[in-house]
Amino acid sequence: MNLSNGKGSMSTVSSPAVSKSGDIVSDQFPAGLRVLLVDDDPTCLMILEKMLRTCLYEVTKCNRAEIALTYLRENKNGYDIVISDVHMPDMDGFKLLEHIGLEMDLPVIMMSADDGKNVVMKGVTHGACDYLIKPVRIEALKNIWQHVIRKRKNEWKDLEQSGSAEEGDQKQRPTDEVDYSSSANEGNWRNAKKRRDEDEEAEERDDSSTLKKPRVVWSVELHQQFVAAVNQLGIDKAVPKKILELMNVPGLTRENVASHLQKYRLYLRRLSGVSQHQGNLNNSFISSQEATFGAISSLSGTDLQTFAAAGQLPPQSLATLQAAGLGRSTAKTGMPMPLVDQRNLFSFENPRLRFGEGQQQYGSSSKPMNLLHGIPTNMEPKQLASLHQSTQPLGSLNMRVNASPSQSNPLLMQISQSQPRGHMLNELNVPHVPRLPTSMGQSPVSNGSPGSALGRNGISDNSRGAAYSSVPQTSSMLNFPLSQTTEMPASSFPLRNTPDMSSITSKGVYQDGGSSGMKGSSGFVLSYDIFNELHQHKSREWEVQNMGQNPSYDASQNANPLQGNIDVSPSVLVHQGFSSNQHQMGQNRDAASVGKAMFSLGEGMQSANFQNIGQHQGFQNTLLTDNSVRVKAERIPDANSQTNLFPENYGQEDLMSALLKQQEGMGPAENEFDFDGYSIDNIPV
Amino acid sequence: MASRRQIAAMKQSLFDQDYLDEQFIQLEELQDDANPNFVEEIVTLYYRDSSRLVSNIEQALERNPLEFNRLDSLMHQFKGSSSSIGAKKVKAECTLFREYCRAGNAEGCKRSFQQLKREYATLRKKLEAYFQQARQAGPFEAARRSK
Repeated sequence: MNLSNGKGSMSTVSSPAVSKSGDIVSDQFPAGLRVLLVDDDPTCLMILEKMLRTCLYEVTKCNRAEIALTYLRENKNGYDIVISDVHMPDMDGFKLLEHIGLEMDLPVIMMSADDGKNVVMKGVTHGACDYLIKPVRIEALKNIWQHVIRKRKNEWKDLEQSGSAEEGDQKQRPTDEVDYSSSANEGNWRNAKKRRDEDEEAEERDDSSTLKKPRVVWSVELHQQFVAAVNQLGIDKAVPKKILELMNVPGLTRENVASHLQKYRLYLRRLSGVSQHQGNLNNSFISSQEATFGAISSLSGTDLQTFAAAGQLPPQSLATLQAAGLGRSTAKTGMPMPLVDQRNLFSFENPRLRFGEGQQQYGSSSKPMNLLHGIPTNMEPKQLASLHQSTQPLGSLNMRVNASPSQSNPLLMQISQSQPRGHMLNELNVPHVPRLPTSMGQSPVSNGSPGSALGRNGISDNSRGAAYSSVPQTSSMLNFPLSQTTEMPASSFPLRNTPDMSSITSKGVYQDGGSSGMKGSSGFVLSYDIFNELHQHKSREWEVQNMGQNPSYDASQNANPLQGNIDVSPSVLVHQGFSSNQHQMGQNRDAASVGKAMFSLGEGMQSANFQNIGQHQGFQNTLLTDNSVRVKAERIPDANSQTNLFPENYGQEDLMSALLKQQEGMGPAENEFDFDGYSIDNIPV
Repeated sequence: MASRRQIAAMKQSLFDQDYLDEQFIQLEELQDDANPNFVEEIVTLYYRDSSRLVSNIEQALERNPLEFNRLDSLMHQFKGSSSSIGAKKVKAECTLFREYCRAGNAEGCKRSFQQLKREYATLRKKLEAYFQQARQAGPFEAARRSK
């Protein structure tokens, strides 16, 4: 549709050019632009209509949004651009904007007598390509054609880029995003688009259908069905074909679904895109987290080996370890592991540097993602028997990461939606739920603060959860999803990190034994699962899942601490992030959570003993952070946290428990020392 | 019958006294052969449509306590159309009224609304007089083409 539409418009554009009078080019060039004008105020409607006609546009006017939607649906290719008032009795202008964005993908200009920043921002976030303040001047309308051209232009660019792409692709892609990019974002959008094209080309090539099919009206019900299908598949895995199968709606074609999917993705991205503007910092943070993530992976790998060497691992665990090794190898195909690890390590050493280099790290982070990608496949057979789905999500995550570094948020969003699993862990969450509101409050704070803070916050929450397996952490997770901003990705990363660490915890959860936990790769997988779960379920659900995951977190943390004490592995870094977050928050909870973290850390120490990988050195900083965490823990929740954490740990791993006890004693003294330094580092960010 | 110069002076005084702003000129520039009385039509439409809003606001102001949100919403509509015809003073009162709404100042709202109605009525009289003179002077004068 888009393509055809584009052609049509192009022709109209060219014809006026022929009749150039040379007087006012801007008047001549866009003559015939088909404008749909929506305003409930008859005076404004009449004035605007006249103005638009004076611009030689072809105007269709209506005074209700519902009517406008009807027009648009009846003649989807009949308009080039929509101008709508914001305040209308029957349907909010933003609602209309949303519908148009999903169904027609036309440029929409909002207008209102309200020039409040919030209203304008709302228009932009909802995808308006422009926002006009009433009274609208004709000069502004003379230029609206640029929105149409810009969109087209981008479409054509896309076509050129995709070159090899098939017609089917072209049809669907052209309209995406373009307008939203506006001036500032354009670069990002395009990049994202490119990446996505690459990702999806394969999918779309499968489909030979290039023919135009009759238009489908995406009613609310149909759209919900669609969303449900996408969520079930996971946004990354959601191929039109599969969605179509799931929806099972007679008459609906793959193209209908494909184009709607494109718009839906665009819509998701758009929501998250605005937030990106607000915080460059977020990106850096994210990257840092990702880096940690990569580091973790490396650690896990090393850990596994060490374990194997120690012989402590049960036979199964060994098997898993091997699997992990395989996973790495596969990962290598995508990206060389060593490189990734090194980068990560490096970033860890210099936490501040990371921030500055945020974007670069991004790239590096993406690599780690690839590794993961490979890993999941290996993992599946073993641990994932229960987690089958989890492996897939991991894959999807990787894809996304690579595709759009800056837009990590959207990815997160998608991820959350994509996986619908319910987990055993849910039970745990319930008791803690009440705290969620508080966490919610915090989330805004985090938003205001740089992205890094947020990311860390998320981490801290995790750590908390691990120790206590208490709700509060989960809540923090929830906050991120709500915000949906770029921060989200960051948070998700941290989560992953913890989960990775938690490979041990996974043992507890699965009871399969230390084997799963021991394996670094397995740890990753678990973390992914957790992550996915969190995202999938909205606030409360998230919490529940988190709770369930908490055990795993603890385990992960344990692993980290171990490293931290000895080797100071990347996991340690993660812990720091936690503490930092809490500090920033300046909340009592933080302390409590910290305490939890401490506990977990203590455990981690134990695990460290086991693993003693000693892979990464020069992470003293991270160690310090751990210490700080411990200190906090001492204050508040020692009793609680210990009780909670230990049972799980013990049950799962006897060896671990013994170690943990020892470590606990050790932890407090060291903590103070590190604490100060740690907090400082975080603050600057 | 007023001369063209007199008519021009009449209009100029509306600007000088801040009854109108440049948006009104925008409307005049839209006037062409296809719509020789465009400005007058718009103003007529404005007064016809906004009288409904004015009476709605009047009723809303009689309630106790005042529903400031509703008042603000009504006044927002009123402001939208008032600004679109260049009714400068009316628009200014709309803005003031909304500020009182947001401040929860009932007294200010009522006072502002009284002032608004006065400006609204005064402008109407002045514009009607102007249009009448302009019509009599002929389309040439009424249509103040931009070039």
